[in-house]
Amino acid sequence: MVVDGVHDLGGIAGFGAVDHDTDESAFAEHWERRVFRLQIGSAPLRANLPAFRHSIERMDPAHYLSSPYFEHWLTGAATRAVETGVTTLEELEHRAGGRFPLSQPDRGSLPDDLTSRSEPRYSMGDDVRVREWHPHGHTRAPRYVQGRRGTIVRVHGVADVDDIRAHGGGSVTDPFYAVRFTSRELWGEAGGPGEVVHVDLFERYLEDADGR
Amino acid sequence: MAADHHHPADLAPIEARVAAIESVLVEKGILDTDAVDAIVTHLEENLGPMNGAQVVARAWTDPAFKEHLLDDATAAIDSLGFGGPQGEHMVVVENTPEVHNIVVCTLCSCYPWPTLGLPPKWYKEPAYRARAVREPRKLLAEMGTLVSDDVEIRVWDSSSEARYLVLPMRPDGTDEMSIGELAAMVTRDSMIGVQRL
Repeated sequence: MVVDGVHDLGGIAGFGAVDHDTDESAFAEHWERRVFRLQIGSAPLRANLPAFRHSIERMDPAHYLSSPYFEHWLTGAATRAVETGVTTLEELEHRAGGRFPLSQPDRGSLPDDLTSRSEPRYSMGDDVRVREWHPHGHTRAPRYVQGRRGTIVRVHGVADVDDIRAHGGGSVTDPFYAVRFTSRELWGEAGGPGEVVHVDLFERYLEDADGR
Repeated sequence: MAADHHHPADLAPIEARVAAIESVLVEKGILDTDAVDAIVTHLEENLGPMNGAQVVARAWTDPAFKEHLLDDATAAIDSLGFGGPQGEHMVVVENTPEVHNIVVCTLCSCYPWPTLGLPPKWYKEPAYRARAVREPRKLLAEMGTLVSDDVEIRVWDSSSEARYLVLPMRPDGTDEMSIGELAAMVTRDSMIGVQRL
C-alpha cells in the first residue's frame, strides 16, 4: 500500500511546464502575507516545524494540488491550532462564515528507535541503500529514493531527526549525509545520461548497500 | 468532517478563512500582528538575492574566500553578515565547464532565506518539484537554459537541514568589473541553478 503523502512530488509525471517568471516578490496577494505572518508569529504554531510540515502533508490530495502554496500554510496552521487546543473547527467555520477544510488526522507514530547518534557510521564514497518503509508519519526520505542505492558524497554533520520531532519525540539526533543517486538508478531506462540527483538523508534512513 | 451536517456546505473564501484564524490568535494573545509585521518587513526588505549576489561576486574576486565558501559555506557566508534562520547549514555548489548544479525541494519549499530571501512561486509548485529530479536537462531547456549533453547536471534535493546555493561561473569579459558591478550581474535564478549567466 502506498502511504506517502501527495506532497512527495519528486518524479511524478504529468505536471507540464513550470510557470516561471522573474518576479522576486515574496507574496502575490496580501492574504498570503497575513498567512505567513500568523504562522511565523504564533509561538504554538511555529514551535515544531516538522509537525507543521506534516500538517500540510496530511491535506486532502485534491485540495493540496488545487490550492496555492500559502493556502497549504493556512490549512496546516489552522489544523495545528485545532489539534493543539487553541481553537475548534466550529469556531473557525463560524468566524469564516463557511466551510474551513482542515487536514486529515495524524496517523503517524514514533519510530521504535529513539536513540541519539552523533558519530557518523558512513564516510565519503561509501555505497548505501535507502531503507524502504514508507511511514504513515512525517519523513524527509522522499518516496523516489526509498529502496534505491547511492553513494555518500558529503557528511553534513548532526541534526534532530524530523520524523521524531514531528510526532512529539523531542530532540533525537542523527548524522546526516548528501547521498548521490544516478538518474538510471532512480528512473531506470528513462533516466537521463549525465544527470545525478543528491538527497540529504539521515543515517537511520540508510543501510549498507549489500543490505546490512 | 465533510459528512457532519453541522458544518456549512459552502467553502469560506480564502480571505475569510485567513481572518478567522488570525482573529482567534490575536484575541487569545498568541499573535501580535504589529510586532510580527516588523519581522516580515525585515525579511522582505533585507533578505534577498542581492545578498547571495554579494557572496558570489566575492567568491569570483577573492580566491581565499571562494575556498572558504566551498569548504564551509555557513561560516564564509556568515562572515559577510548573511547568517540567520533557514541559513544555519549552508552548502555552496560550484558550476564549472563540466558541471551544472540545480537546487530543488521536492517535499516542500526549503530555500536559503538569508542569501536568496523567500522562495519564488514557481519553486514551490508541483511542476518544478516533480520534474527537477526526473528530467532536469529537459526542464532547464524549457526554462531557457540549454546545458549541453557533455555537461553533467547535478540536482540537489534540499532536506530540512541543509540549504543550497549555486555558485555560477563568472561570465567572460568581466575582468575589469568592480565587485559591485559583478554582483549586479548575478540573478536569483542563477543561484538556484535554473539560469546560466
